[in-house]
Amino acid sequence: MKHLDEYRDGRLAQSLLAEIRARVTRPWVLMEICGGQTHTLMRYGIDELVPPEIELVHGPGCPVCVTPLEMIDKAIRLASRPDVIFVSYGDMLRVPGSQGDLFRVRAAGGDVRIVYSPMEAVRIAKQNPHRQVVFFAIGFETTAPANAMAIFQAARQGLGNFSALVSHVLAPPAIEALLSSPENRVQGFIAPGHVCTVVGCREYEDLVSRYHTPIVVGGFEPLDLLQAILMLVTQLEAGEAKLENAYARSVRPEGNLPARGIVEQVFQVCDRRWRGVGELPSSGWALRDEYAAFDAEKVFDMEERGVEEPAECISAQILTGRKKPTDCPMFGGRCTPENPLGAPMVSAEGACAAYYRYRRHALEVTR
Amino acid sequence: MEQIGDNLLGSVDFGGVTRSVFLDFTPEAGPGDYVMVHVGFSISQVDEEEARENWRLLERLGLLEEPEAGGGP
Repeated sequence: MKHLDEYRDGRLAQSLLAEIRARVTRPWVLMEICGGQTHTLMRYGIDELVPPEIELVHGPGCPVCVTPLEMIDKAIRLASRPDVIFVSYGDMLRVPGSQGDLFRVRAAGGDVRIVYSPMEAVRIAKQNPHRQVVFFAIGFETTAPANAMAIFQAARQGLGNFSALVSHVLAPPAIEALLSSPENRVQGFIAPGHVCTVVGCREYEDLVSRYHTPIVVGGFEPLDLLQAILMLVTQLEAGEAKLENAYARSVRPEGNLPARGIVEQVFQVCDRRWRGVGELPSSGWALRDEYAAFDAEKVFDMEERGVEEPAECISAQILTGRKKPTDCPMFGGRCTPENPLGAPMVSAEGACAAYYRYRRHALEVTR
Repeated sequence: MEQIGDNLLGSVDFGGVTRSVFLDFTPEAGPGDYVMVHVGFSISQVDEEEARENWRLLERLGLLEEPEAGGGP
């Protein structure tokens, strides 16, 4: 398919790799901030093809992985109510809460439905006027316009039985948290191309100048990522720090204005807890006060219950790039995609799941 | 393309499979254009000029020894 296949060209990938090899003179640590990019890096073995000086670590860019445990617990409590139809993106169902997951709720008779698009949740609410329909609105900036549009339409159509459990997160505050940490090792970032498609890349310019760290907006195909790595290495070797865009066929500096418009109308910036990372100021979107009637946490008057992450899961260190999935003693043994201990093993975009899928055989040979 | 209530709905061909996609965020996209789709909504229209420009950049880096091998746009 056009705009996809040509970005998977093997010979051109070899040329880009040769160019990267020619420019690298010392070790560099680079991080991507999108689970989709993590998946591509693993699937095509890019982490093993780049010269050994380049270490690729994986950031907190999987929306399923960073949704906080207490939010999963709230979802489970709502989905267990007999008057509720709980509607979610599919990969949330297997994410472990502090007790069980949404699949277990469904197995016990809960009405939990998987949708591809949030607009399907609005349709379900229209078709079931005597049931409460709760949509689990999670994701990064990429998913926010669609989720906002669904909530906006439900409000416009006066659907009194529709509400959303909102747990949106924003990428730049996560990058800032990593950059400002004394433990930070990351010297260059690949910014998430679809996040930037929606909101633009001006916030990243600000991060580049304040932390003097290069950021390149990257796409999702192997050549997109190799090009982003080449641009980062070129900057780092020259001692430069600039924002560059290696995904200009989709990303405009100002982002997508109609998409930003609907987000602005429905959501406002809030502090948010990230699973494995902790509370980050101004790092999420929540519903505006005008939409309080569509906020599941208010409609169902949910109490806050503090919960602790399971001690045996090292997702905090995985999501901040301090450890690789294969450093975890549970990896591939007690923790697998079928029986995950933590969220990064659940979603296809999670670093642990990507390593399990593409790297576990190599690991078995070396062990 | 059709208007459904307030929303703009269109048909998008995903390499052989056709799906309905909301085009509200790319209202300028028309038949024959390439769009990026996420959870049922088009979030960008591929900028053909930028795509060509990027390909030229790769060529300038001397990376395309045989330009026809890349099968570029």
